Amino acid sequence: MARVNFDGVSKSFGGTLAVDDLNLEVHDGELLVLLGPSGCGKTTALRMVAGLEDPSSGTVSIGDTVVNDVEPKDRDVAMVFQSYALYPHMTLRRNIEFPLRQQRVTTEERDRRVEEAATTLGLTDLLERKPGQLSGGQRQRVALARAIVRDPQVFLMDEPLSNLDATLRIQTRADIVSLQRRLGTTTIYVTHDQVEAMTMGHRIAVMRGGRLQQVAAPQDLYEHPANTFVASFLGSPGMNLIPATVDGASATVYGTTVELPAALGRVPPGPVTLGVRPEAASLAPTGIPASVTLVEQLGAETHVICSLADATRVVVRQGHQAARPDLGEAVTILIDPDHLHAFDAATGERVGAGR
Amino acid sequence: MPETDVAPITPVSSRAPSPSPPPRRRHRRFRLAVRYVLLSIGAVVVLFPIYMAVVNSLLAPSQIAHQPPPLFPVHPQWGSYRKAWSEGDLGVYLRNSAFQTSVIVVGQLVTSVLAAFAFAFLEFPFKRTLFFVFLMTLMIPFEVTIATNLSTVSSLGWFNTFPGLTIPFLATGFGTFLLRQAFLQIPRDLREAAQLDGYGNLRFLWSVAIPLARPALAALGVFSFLGAWNQYLWPLLVTGNDNSVRTVQIGLKQLINTQLDQINVSLAGTVIAVVPLLILLVVFQKQLVRSLTSGAVK
Amino acid sequence: MTAGRTRKLKEWGLAYLLLLPALVVFAIFTFYPFLKNFKLALYQNPPYPGLPSHYVGLHQVGSVLSSTQFHQSLISTLLYVLMVVPVGLLGGLLLALAAHRAIRGMAWFRLIFSSTVVTSVAVAAVVFGTLMDPVVGLFPWLGVNPHPAILQNPTWALPAVSLIAVWQFLGLSFVIMTAGLQSLPEEILEAARLDGAGGWAMFWRVTVPLLSPTLFFGLVVGTIYAFQSFGQIDILIGPQNSQFTHTDVLLYAVYQALSIKNDPGVAAVLSIVLFAILLVFTLAQLRFLERRVTYAGD
Repeated sequence: MARVNFDGVSKSFGGTLAVDDLNLEVHDGELLVLLGPSGCGKTTALRMVAGLEDPSSGTVSIGDTVVNDVEPKDRDVAMVFQSYALYPHMTLRRNIEFPLRQQRVTTEERDRRVEEAATTLGLTDLLERKPGQLSGGQRQRVALARAIVRDPQVFLMDEPLSNLDATLRIQTRADIVSLQRRLGTTTIYVTHDQVEAMTMGHRIAVMRGGRLQQVAAPQDLYEHPANTFVASFLGSPGMNLIPATVDGASATVYGTTVELPAALGRVPPGPVTLGVRPEAASLAPTGIPASVTLVEQLGAETHVICSLADATRVVVRQGHQAARPDLGEAVTILIDPDHLHAFDAATGERVGAGR
Repeated sequence: MPETDVAPITPVSSRAPSPSPPPRRRHRRFRLAVRYVLLSIGAVVVLFPIYMAVVNSLLAPSQIAHQPPPLFPVHPQWGSYRKAWSEGDLGVYLRNSAFQTSVIVVGQLVTSVLAAFAFAFLEFPFKRTLFFVFLMTLMIPFEVTIATNLSTVSSLGWFNTFPGLTIPFLATGFGTFLLRQAFLQIPRDLREAAQLDGYGNLRFLWSVAIPLARPALAALGVFSFLGAWNQYLWPLLVTGNDNSVRTVQIGLKQLINTQLDQINVSLAGTVIAVVPLLILLVVFQKQLVRSLTSGAVK
Repeated sequence: MTAGRTRKLKEWGLAYLLLLPALVVFAIFTFYPFLKNFKLALYQNPPYPGLPSHYVGLHQVGSVLSSTQFHQSLISTLLYVLMVVPVGLLGGLLLALAAHRAIRGMAWFRLIFSSTVVTSVAVAAVVFGTLMDPVVGLFPWLGVNPHPAILQNPTWALPAVSLIAVWQFLGLSFVIMTAGLQSLPEEILEAARLDGAGGWAMFWRVTVPLLSPTLFFGLVVGTIYAFQSFGQIDILIGPQNSQFTHTDVLLYAVYQALSIKNDPGVAAVLSIVLFAILLVFTLAQLRFLERRVTYAGD
């Protein structure tokens, strides 16, 4: 087990910068989620830890060793691929023991470790089958078994759940978390699914366009997004972003004055982007005027999608008992000032303290 | 059918036995019959020459000249086969062909696997140029290189030898291309997984790439076999006057030239020469079709 | 030096090592003799063996290309190709259409129809040689026995050897056409059927256009095959008779210049002409192979 460090790591393919000056420490024993939309550089970062890509500049270290010049096989990392990368012509047993065959491990030791990994993942009865005879979930577990059988310093997982159906994904998510907590192996987990990230990670590192946006524990990230991108990427739906003008301790939103809470700290006067989580907004007799464009009923809750005077979209999350507005109805939206975020209108960076 | 839902207990009675099948079914049956007739005509056209060869090979020379020609050997004379085998040296030729063909097949598989692996999985300078060089060989038919190849082979002292028969054919641009395609179908993840597990290039080739490309290897093997076994021009030129390396195709030519009055013997020789390939066709029909049509359909 | 660079250099070395065996064979037996043709074409063979050949520039090229023998050879080749390819393709297509439906016994019909793929030219020649024999063959029985005998007949010899080539090509043609038919998108055919198309309309307006890539591929393959086959002419007609029977196709002329007249200069000129013609068709074939690359790449 070891920590993993990125120090000023960049990677460019041709002219495009896939990862731009990444500085990040993954703690020993931690499950760190690399989260971002596709093309954000998260997979490239993961592959540089594996040694499948060489950094253009900067250093990657595992434990105290800089591994830039270490062969992938000598890095003592195991990777779970999105496609599982099982060898279709080998039985599960052969698949799982494949990594061990290249190591100096006695036959007895090998068999013992394969049995152990198979037992852990409930694959004991399937060992003589081939991957083609298995369901998606079973294949996924074989991929995990092949990773844990090596007992590596670091697990690398590249969207391991994205080929599973929704129900199985939730189940397997929990399985991976408990497995990781039990083994205590440092794990880097790449995903574009923010729910996966929130439920699995000790910490989440959000990336966009090759740049690291923010690293924090899931709840911190949700409550204190560092910029508008993180704010809108996390949460389902994401944070509402509303243009406003700050004047002293209050802000004007489409002619409506909103008091800024003291806890927000000093926000410089002028244009600003206010952030409001859907659950911090409600339909009320007074507030910002808007019209209803869509009502989505999700059972336990309802999303009322409104549009403001300049077509800015605002989503209001309601309990299922709340009165449901009609389409096109003119409503007013009240914002809970205690859950207000403020971002620089130009850069999108957070301003003020927030809560 | 809805009626089975209503009356599942009496499925027989629900279909009342009608005196004649309904017109649509009768029509279909008629078309099926027509189809079988057409197929049979096609089969006769294709098989007739070979069938006549078998028939004639089993007739005595006097019977062959009989008009109309007998369409069935009433008293098969197996002596022609014995004769073709012993007098025509077919045993030797078959062995030579088997050896020559095996060397070419194995050689082509090996050189193609190696080159295809480099093109599919490795990065190196001039890769595109070299691949184009391999493709170029498809544009140069062997026939236009014969003049110089003959003098090359003779200056190497390879006239009337197996090296002369086989070595010029130990590499194939087509095979390299076919296998490269098969290797490119192997997901990149598999290769990277193997890399992380400590499997180097050659070990990956041996334990993952080759097993996964087996269908393509079989296709190439059958294709090479066919080409090598049926070679005519080159063996004719290179094995000019030495029986000990002559292949079966050249042996056949000789059999006709020397025994004009014994048509049954040369036909018996022909049947002997074609049997190994018919067996090959029956066993490897799928692979053969695959290799012959690569490029025909996506 | 960093480990990354060492790894890279190792990869390069391995790649070149893997390509080496095939490259050596290609260099010696394909590219060198191919390029040598351009030199050989400029040198005239000595009148008596043993004397050195001397440089004549383009004189020899000119005299070969303007000779009536070459013109006759070119005409024979074109006629031969024009007879073999369309008939072979059409026959293959008809067989493939008949054998398209999955009905009982179809596997056997398919096996029979593709069987001529495995026959060698020598086998085909011997088999047909018997059937076309003026004494023991089928013609006396059928009551049409041309004089001189068909294979010595200036009018009928070329159609006869073409027929043998058609029969031999039929198997390959059938295999290609079947693969093409099987690759037709079933939904489009069904949609056409629902739109009321049936029988001939369906065949000409839907099947044939969809099949056109296959037909074109068959055309290219067939043409290359026809240009390269001459074994039955050598076995059944021979160098003494090939000229006056107008069966002196280009490749056979190359063979005769080399092995009978011992004249590599003339053979080289003819080889270059043959290459130029084949190049057009091979390029077309390569286009198909390339298309496979782009399909596989995405």
